[in-house]
Amino acid sequence: MVNIIWMAMLTIGIVFAAITGNMEAVNEAVFKGAQDAVTICIGLISILVFWLGLMRIAQASGLLEALAKIMKPIATRLFPEVPSNHPAMGYILSNMTANMFGLGNAATPMGIKAMEQLKVLNGNKDSASRSMITLLAINTASITLIPTTVISIRMNYGSVNPTEIVGTTIIATTCSTIAAILIDRFFYYRRLKKGREL
Amino acid sequence: MEWISTISIWLIPLLIMFILLYGTIKRVPTYETFIEGAKEGFGMAVSIIPYLVGMLVAISVFRASGAMDFFIELIKPGLQAIGVPTEIVPLALIRPISGTGALGMTSDLIATYGPDSFIGRLASTMQGSTDTTFYVLTVYFGAVGIKKMGDALKVGLLADVVGIIVSITIVTIVFGSL
Repeated sequence: MVNIIWMAMLTIGIVFAAITGNMEAVNEAVFKGAQDAVTICIGLISILVFWLGLMRIAQASGLLEALAKIMKPIATRLFPEVPSNHPAMGYILSNMTANMFGLGNAATPMGIKAMEQLKVLNGNKDSASRSMITLLAINTASITLIPTTVISIRMNYGSVNPTEIVGTTIIATTCSTIAAILIDRFFYYRRLKKGREL
Repeated sequence: MEWISTISIWLIPLLIMFILLYGTIKRVPTYETFIEGAKEGFGMAVSIIPYLVGMLVAISVFRASGAMDFFIELIKPGLQAIGVPTEIVPLALIRPISGTGALGMTSDLIATYGPDSFIGRLASTMQGSTDTTFYVLTVYFGAVGIKKMGDALKVGLLADVVGIIVSITIVTIVFGSL
């Protein structure tokens, strides 16, 4: 699936440029895209280093476990394959909490740590497990309580009430997160039926 | 409504303080533990590079060649027929693919139509309610070396579709169209 989409984006782009005589833009886009990617990763270094350090303290002090215990009833239903006292659960929950408060910078390192633990649970295979797909689904739907960036853009453009979209955003994000979980379940049971559970 | 931005400003510093105090009470050597965990950060960021370069080059070529605009024009009539405002179509399509692209487009829509217009509110809600699926997928799986994504992309993109439909519906109900 990914292979096809990736290949298609590039080849369709190049063929399209050939037809419209836009090939110069493609050349530029190749280098620009690669450069942007590296810039983003370099920018991630500082965030990852700091938050992973802090998260290690949270883990060593038992804070992650405590968090996992509080949220146990919901979490075990969402991630039935993860033992409820496993470190993965603590990371998953801190990732979800950080997302809710719009702390994207803090959410990413925790999500990655959760992935790492889920990979260990999955026997270090290089394919995505059921729990990994669920975690991703929840993250792409990104349940948000306070959309900080949008509010600041609205302020910049002189909105009378910059935060009036908070309500609609919460409803939309809740619906899309529930949908993500349901769609995730649907595909999981379909995989089971086909007998090719990852 | 200032309290919302106040919360956002206070949250991270308070979280840092809480983790540190909790660690100290539990007799964790905070600084040394911090360094130990922080060491992983660099390697992790570097390991994402190949995945992100691959993905962003493809997206960037697709956009720069004009292919993306072409496809947007192609499906616009269909989306319009089911009640999606034309102005919002490009944003809806770019939201899962490019975070910076979507942010730019949201600012542009808000600047053009005004933050308190129907389009402005809809763009705000859409921008706030979903994340960049391709980016999240690439970074999370890239960092831990997952190459076979399974159904993850399908699930993420379908959830985005639901998010967009819900955004349009809810903004229409709450603020009324136009």
